[in-house]
Order: sequence, then C-alpha cells, then structure tokens
Amino acid sequence: MDVFRIATAGSVDDGKSTLIGRLLYETNSITTDKLEAIERASQRKGIGFLDLSLLTDGLVAEREQGITIDVAHIYFNTPKRKFIIADSPGHVEYTRNMITGASRAQTSVILVDARKGIIEQTHRHYFIANLLRIPYVIVCVNKMDLVDYAEAAFAKIKSDFLKLSARLPNTQQQIVVIPVSSLHGDNLTARSAKMPWYNGDPLLTLLELLPVPAARGAFRMPVQLAIRPRNESHHDYRGYAGRIASGKITVGDAITVLPSGRSSRVTAIYKNDQQQPVAYDRESVTLTIADDIDISRGDMLVRNAELPGLKSEHKAFICWMDSQALDPGKSYLIQHGTQRVKAKVTHVNFIQDTATLQQVVPAAALKMNEIAQVNFKTAKPLPADAYCDNPANGTFILIDEFTNNTVAVGFFE
Amino acid sequence: MKKDYLKEFPRELEDEAIYIIREAAAQFDRPAILFSGGKDSITLVRLAQKAFYPGKVPFPLVHIDTGHNFPETITFRDKLVAATGLELIIGLVQDDIDAKRVAEETGKFASRNILQTTTLLRTIESLKLDACLGGARRDEEKARAKERVFSVRDDFGQWDAKNQRPELFDYLNGRIRPGENVRVFPISNWTELDVWNYIREEKLEIPSIYYSHERPVIERNGVLWPYSDFIYKDADEVVQTKTVRFRTVGDMSCTAALASTASTLEEIIEEVIGTSVSERGSRLDDQRSEAAMEARKAVGYF
Repeated sequence: MDVFRIATAGSVDDGKSTLIGRLLYETNSITTDKLEAIERASQRKGIGFLDLSLLTDGLVAEREQGITIDVAHIYFNTPKRKFIIADSPGHVEYTRNMITGASRAQTSVILVDARKGIIEQTHRHYFIANLLRIPYVIVCVNKMDLVDYAEAAFAKIKSDFLKLSARLPNTQQQIVVIPVSSLHGDNLTARSAKMPWYNGDPLLTLLELLPVPAARGAFRMPVQLAIRPRNESHHDYRGYAGRIASGKITVGDAITVLPSGRSSRVTAIYKNDQQQPVAYDRESVTLTIADDIDISRGDMLVRNAELPGLKSEHKAFICWMDSQALDPGKSYLIQHGTQRVKAKVTHVNFIQDTATLQQVVPAAALKMNEIAQVNFKTAKPLPADAYCDNPANGTFILIDEFTNNTVAVGFFE
Repeated sequence: MKKDYLKEFPRELEDEAIYIIREAAAQFDRPAILFSGGKDSITLVRLAQKAFYPGKVPFPLVHIDTGHNFPETITFRDKLVAATGLELIIGLVQDDIDAKRVAEETGKFASRNILQTTTLLRTIESLKLDACLGGARRDEEKARAKERVFSVRDDFGQWDAKNQRPELFDYLNGRIRPGENVRVFPISNWTELDVWNYIREEKLEIPSIYYSHERPVIERNGVLWPYSDFIYKDADEVVQTKTVRFRTVGDMSCTAALASTASTLEEIIEEVIGTSVSERGSRLDDQRSEAAMEARKAVGYF
C-alpha cells in the first residue's frame, strides 16, 4: 500500500479545517465518539455548527484562541492509499511550522478564497512549496458557493495563480487548480453538479491518482551505526546500518566511504535476517562490505560511479526557526545526514520576502521565520548535493550548541 | 477487492520506524523501551530486533506496573522476555503508594492510571535513562497528534507542547542537557489498522485478551467493564458473563471491553476496518475531560 503525504496550510477563516474535516467525514475516517466529542465541545463554545477545527487543533491553547499553532498530523485511508496530512498554520509568524509541515510532503494543497483571490498568504504558501520543490501543488479555490459557482471568478484566480508560478524558479512542479466548496462538499469527493463547466477530477480522486513521485538522485546512505554482534554465529560480522537517502545499491557495487575516501565493495544487503540483491531509497538496511575499513556514524556511503563533491564552503537557502536571531559571530552545529560538525555563517546574501517575492538586502540579523540565502563554512567537508539535484541529500539543519535547539533548516544551492 | 487493499501493511512505515530506533540507539547513552505488554509495545520490540539484527537489541524493557494489570498480560510479558532474552526492569506503582508519594483514588471510577506518571519519572531517574522509546501513535488522540518523534522532557519530566523543536525531513535532534530526557515514538505515523496488519504479516504473538473470550463484566452506561478485584461495584450492579475482547491493553480498572466474537487476526482486522468508534474511546482515562491526554502528558505521562 502506498503512503501519500500531503501538506496543508491556512488560517482560521479560509475553510481549511472544514476541507480536511470533509475529507475525513466522507471517507468514513472520523469515528462516532470523536464526532460526538466535537459536537459537545462546539455546543460548549456556543457555536451552532460542527466546528471541525476542533478535530485538528489538538492543544488547549489552540482551542482557546481558535487558531492552529503547531503542525498536526492527520491520517486517513481510502481503498487506494494511506494518506498523511501535515496540517500547519498559515500566518507569517508560523512560516517555520509551514516549512516543517511541508518538509516531507509529496503534495501541497493551497487554499484560496474565491471572493478574495490570490493574497499575500497565497504567495507565502506557494513560495514555500516551490522552495521545497514539492512535486505537486493543488490549488483549491474554495467558497465557490459564495461567488455563485461562477466560472469567470475561478478562471481569473487560476490565471493569476499561473502568473505567480511563472515568477518562481522551480518550474518542474505540476500545478492543478480546482474549484471547490468545502462547506457544501463540492468537488471534494465527487464532481459537483453546480459547476458543470469544470471538467477535472475532484480533490480526493486527484489525491488517489497522482503517481507517487519518482525519487531523484544518486545512491547516498548516511551511516547511522555499525552493527558488530560478536556472538558465536556472527563472530566476524560487521554491518553498516542506515536508511538509504536516495538512489539504488546492488550487491557487488563498488562504494566509497566519505569523507575518508576509502573504497570497497558491497558483499550483502540485509533487511533483518533476509538478504536482498538490491535496495532502493527510503529502505532501512544493513550493508556488509569486502574490506575491513574504518566506517562509523556520520560517514556517508556512495557508489564510486556517482561521487558527490566534498566541500567546506557552501551556499544555501535557510529558514531561521529560533527566537534568538542568527548570531554571525557564533558557530553552530550543522547536521547533514548523520554527520554533525561546526558551521559558521559567513554572509547573508539576501532575505527573501515571501509576500512580495522580492529579495531584500538584510538590514539586521536573520530573525525567526525569515528565509535567506547565506554563505557558510563547515569545519569538515560535507558530501552534499544541491537540493535541486538530490532533495534527500541536499538539506541540513543547524543546531545551537548551547540551547540544543534546532535553529534553522537549509537547502544547498 | 476494496477490503483486501486495506489489509496490506505499508512497508515504508517499517523502514521509518527502524530508522528512528537506530537514531535513538546512536544518539543516546541509556535508552530503554517502555513496555506495557500491549500490541504497540510488542510491535516496538519486533522492530528493535530487526533494527539491530544480527546484533542484540541494545535496550532493556521497562514496565511501569500498576498492579492492576490483566493477568494474561503479565503471563505474556514474561514469556516474551524469556523468548527474546531482553532485560526487563519493573517499576512498581505500589512502591510509590507505600512510600506515600502518591495516594490511591477512591470511588466508583478510581484508577491507578494517573499514579503511573510518578513511578515512570522515578524509574527514569533511578536508571538514569536519557531516552524512552514508546509505542504511542499520533492517530490515537489529538494531543498526541501534535507531539514530535523525539519529544524532549525537562528535568521534571514535563512536556512543553508550545515549545517543541521543529522536526524537518528525517532529521531528529536528540541533544539534551543533563537531567533532561527524550521520549522517542518510532510508530508515530502508524494507525491502529497499520499495527494490526503488521502483527498479522509478521505473525507476532499477542496477549490472549485481544481475542474474543468469555469474561465476567459489569455494564455501566452502556460500557462493559471487566469485573475484577480492582473495580468498585455498586450493590445494584450485576456481574454477567459476556463474549468480549479488548482493543487496548490498559489497567483492568480503566479499559472497557468490546462485545466481539473476533477470535483471529483476520477477524480483528475486519472489525477494525468496519468500526465506527475510535480505539481510545474504550479508555476511561481519556474520557475524563477534553484535554485529559494533554494534561497528563504535560506532567510526564507516556
């Protein structure tokens, strides 16, 4: 069974919770006890209708204030797929949560209010989906009932959105625009009779039919740990465990260990007690190799035929995620794969305004929720790929050595 | 056709869980698996065996024992420990009651569920555990849906829901200060159905109470409570024998039975696919208030 990961982002009034609630409701994914609990809570709050946001706003503070603060994960199945929705808030002060929610998504669902059209928030959501190179973007033009299901209103927004998408760098994304009314369930799970002019699929059908995006990039496997049982049946066994970030490995392949540069050959690929001739991206495996060379956590295994560059000076987009601003004089820990080394930002090239899509010369230190392009150096060379070539090996996080917080996420240029 | 597809376990979730378990082993000095004897922690044990094969699982099992367990669960636990050769460490809630660190609840709905937190935190501290792997899933409850895979707890075991570290891509940041610890949830993204499909595909043994059996129960507000020494019974309440099974393994005092004749994994999976009530709908501990889970987690619960 496939797992398909969706990112949604939005604010209180754009109908996002209603849309998700509808999808769950119509796929029989809300159980009666949860529905009754929402009913009781809606009544207590004095709301006349079923407030489906209570389903996803899991924290007391969120329910009290009626806002989504943190990313929630929502699960549902149809007979075709298992879906995981990462639902995040949409305002500018939650940009970091949006990026978190979007970080593993295969599809971004962006809501646009049919009455308001493309607004600042649409720019931000789309910029993030574009920066992260999410393979599919589905734009739901919502509240079509409030514009009398008029084709002209939809066509204007669709054309505005496509103009917006032409301004951004990643043109590989597949974009689909759908007119919906989440309140009335139009074009969510079935074609709406009220919009006969729309010939496309309803949202759920689309989510079920979109092909799982093909993985990109060469074989990269960050080593998590070495497995040395030293028991009687496996006295000399030495395996290297990790999850394959990208690419494919076959028994017999010549490999190189980075950063040391030593080479060997794969003798077996284990998954539990089973051996397999080949393994692909996203699989957790243990490899054994022909030679007794030093390999430990932090190293990366690559195929000799597909060597990445090893660099200590980098250029990347980063999103700052900590309440303490970036301190240019301070060194941070960078984690790339399973490697952690010291890193120092040497220059902030520009700050990206996600509302106007302009690049701004930085006036002050990089603050929480700001996205910037920076140059930085690392204490050891890293076997990184550019994010556009290999998304799985093109990201990193920065950690504050003193607070231990994850302070930034980055994408190698 | 339709139902068969729902009965397939998404293998990607196993790869993800094994990755998380290996990160826990690599990033912490003294991790342990929190083991309740329920299906989720049994799944964790299997995943840990796979993660380190052919090496040994480098964690002990820690059971926070309320003394109100189903006897079948304890029998199962001891059998699993013997079969796997894993170390079992037991923290007894009774010890905290005897030492007067906590007081028993009284009355009709009394349960030791809340008391477990004190025992759990004391056990973590005395064993100097820096990471505890648990079988909690995000689909169980709305506060759990907000929790990280590596969830940092402060020196007092507390969860700060509004101040969690962002988790991006596959990166898990387990750096902590002395005294802090991390709860690790490898099957965060699994649903109840995923767990059952996995148990069937992996042919895992589970305690007998998950399967349909005859048991004395008390019917209370339409809910079937297993009758035992741990439950308060009003004079006018009647004990009757019914054919039931359990969807979750909690204490005998807070886990409701489900009228069911499902006696094979196949039948249980059919039942889970067809049900209209959520798994934790049968847990009295969650029904106490809308924010019962968040409030318990904030002070250190599983």
